[in-house]
Amino acid sequence: MTKNIMIVGVGGQGSLLASKLLGHLLLKEGYDVKVSEVHGMSQRGGSVVTYVRFGDKVYSPIIDKGQADFIVSFEKLEAARYLEYLKPDGRIVVNTQEIDPMPVITGAVSYPENLIEKMEEKGAAVDAMDCLALAEEAGSSKAVNIVLMGRLSKYFDNISLEKWQKAIEECVPPKFLELNQKAFLLGRG
Amino acid sequence: MKLLMLGNKAFARGLYEAGCMVVSSYPGTPSTEVTEEAAKYDEIYCEWAPNEKVALEVAFGASLAGRRSFCGMKHVGLNVAADPLYTASYTGVNGGLIICVADDPGMHSSQNEQDSRHHAIASKVPTLEPSDSAEACEFAKKAYELSEQFDTPVIIKMCTRVAHSQSVVDTAERVVPDPKPYEKNPAKYIMAPANAIKKHPLVEDRMRRLTEYAEDCPFNRVEMGDTKLGIITSSTCYQYAKEVFGDKACILKLGMVNPLPKKLILDFAAKVEKLVIIEELDPIIENHCRQLGLTLSGKDLLPMEGEFSQNMIAEKLGVEVPKGNSLDEQMPGRPPVMCAGCPHRGMFYTLKQNKCTVLGDIGCYTLGSAPPLTAIDMVLCMGASLSSIHGFNKATAGQCEGKTVAVIGDSTFVHSGMTGLANIAYNQSNSTVIILDNSITGMTGHQQNPTTGYNIKGDPAGKIDLEALVRAMGINRVRVVDPYDLAACDQVVKEELAASEPSVIISRRPCVLLKYVKAAPPLKVDCEKCVGCKSCMRLGCPAISVKNRKAVIDTTLCVGCGVCSQLCKFGALQKG
Repeated sequence: MTKNIMIVGVGGQGSLLASKLLGHLLLKEGYDVKVSEVHGMSQRGGSVVTYVRFGDKVYSPIIDKGQADFIVSFEKLEAARYLEYLKPDGRIVVNTQEIDPMPVITGAVSYPENLIEKMEEKGAAVDAMDCLALAEEAGSSKAVNIVLMGRLSKYFDNISLEKWQKAIEECVPPKFLELNQKAFLLGRG
Repeated sequence: MKLLMLGNKAFARGLYEAGCMVVSSYPGTPSTEVTEEAAKYDEIYCEWAPNEKVALEVAFGASLAGRRSFCGMKHVGLNVAADPLYTASYTGVNGGLIICVADDPGMHSSQNEQDSRHHAIASKVPTLEPSDSAEACEFAKKAYELSEQFDTPVIIKMCTRVAHSQSVVDTAERVVPDPKPYEKNPAKYIMAPANAIKKHPLVEDRMRRLTEYAEDCPFNRVEMGDTKLGIITSSTCYQYAKEVFGDKACILKLGMVNPLPKKLILDFAAKVEKLVIIEELDPIIENHCRQLGLTLSGKDLLPMEGEFSQNMIAEKLGVEVPKGNSLDEQMPGRPPVMCAGCPHRGMFYTLKQNKCTVLGDIGCYTLGSAPPLTAIDMVLCMGASLSSIHGFNKATAGQCEGKTVAVIGDSTFVHSGMTGLANIAYNQSNSTVIILDNSITGMTGHQQNPTTGYNIKGDPAGKIDLEALVRAMGINRVRVVDPYDLAACDQVVKEELAASEPSVIISRRPCVLLKYVKAAPPLKVDCEKCVGCKSCMRLGCPAISVKNRKAVIDTTLCVGCGVCSQLCKFGALQKG
């Protein structure tokens, strides 16, 4: 049975490190893994999506509508944008940070309100938290990605905390290790 | 060792393991990482060439010298390299020669959606198409054998989903074959008519032999399942088809897409009740099958444009797909934008204020076309800004010269802008050209180029002096301006538009994302002085918004460039 994790956010928020960590960990756990990334134009502050799939044998590198077991979102609006990709019994782990897209900045449209509640009304299980505050508590606003991974780890009963921590050690430069381990634990709560 | 690898990284691994000695490429999404990853192996000489034509000719030269070589590019890059490609097909190789061309269905980062298999067919060059990272590595290795066995360059066609997906690869050791000596052989290597005439029938014969090879080669395979449905497919579409049908269909997976087999396809078709061709972009496998007289479905069900996915294939073939819930309201779009502190912004603001017609080019600065700047009128292909402005100005007999400019990046200028400038200097149009010199190839993720002074490994290298080059080409008016200085930009643009001869403005400041560029402290808003006039918002900087009638600076994004403070008449935006 293939499991699907979709990581969504704004270009430049550090989703590539999150998918690197997941891919590394899941491969070590013995799964077949595929990770699909976005490079190039879309990275310049645009909406970015990374797909992580794992199981006995994974074919497609992408996740389609109605297939995601988890949507991990670095930003609130992006979670709502990709809600349609969530399985009926899937879960959204979302950073409540709001980053205005250019149409909002220019005043063409406004940032939608009450998105968490609206997603819940559609039947989604939403785990929302202020990851930016926790990342800053850990020592850097850039650690939002690892805070989110900490939160996601709570939903993986079969993978121990030690294994996650070991994977972080293997994916993060030594000088940022302590900060990232702290961010992970703050996210895990 | 089993590793999770990006398709492009796995491709580079295959080059390494097969003993590739020389790599020359031009960056282009989604092909760039093949060369970047190859450059991490000290055993391989790697370089960024000024454009794809040069790159392929460098790789050809290395092949001529008897070494295994490689050249990588995106789909539109193969148009630039088509000239050497078509004739290298005639000469054949000495050391094996592989060309990677990466298509971009869905146009994640491209200006068109062309299907590179047309070049493969027209140039009569065998072409392989991997469907995941393991195949990217394996095909790269086998392609060298194929190249040397059949005396031909080999194209490996990637696509965005194979190039930019990670999957598991089993790595092996590097094995370098003995270099082949270079031997003078005019009949093989001098493609003057007398020799080329003799070569063409050999190329046709090679295609016949390659077609026989394709009938029973390691790249094509049949996976039998339920015979009610037979699918012929390749590349990432194979993965989607397997995802949807598993063993509920028979699949002929083609890893070699030029030339296509005949008997293999006919035998496969005879075993299944219904035949469907699943391929992205153009109906190339489909047309081949129709020529074989087969009855089938293909583009009658599936689109010619865009990327496919498992759900899309399932729906089109009548398989139920999962449904998700979406919110009732439309979410605001989040298009890519120029970064906070991007040096291009000040120049585009100036061009907008001067109501210029702006003929654009390919790079990050294409984002100058987006609201609120909307400062670009045309983007066609690499280098087209300079050639087009000449035609635009000639056609309008001087009426548009005073308000029309061409903008082009430093890397794109060297790629194919120089020849357009030569035409402006030679055939004398009063054109104003702006080179947006951010000292790097930006959009593809910071590759060095001939104007930066560094090579692919970041070591010091030759450096083209743009001012001297432009003057040597016959342009007398050459100005350099800092795009963070709006008053200077405005003055220089006005003066050069008014001049009665061709001119080049070099708008110079390094990309703000470069590691050596140090950010200044974020600006601060003096809320007493801010009147909420939104003048600063006209820049389209993602670090500025207005909340409760006051400007707000996002301190995580602002790099303190200070361009916005030059627009504030009330002195509300202050250095941090």
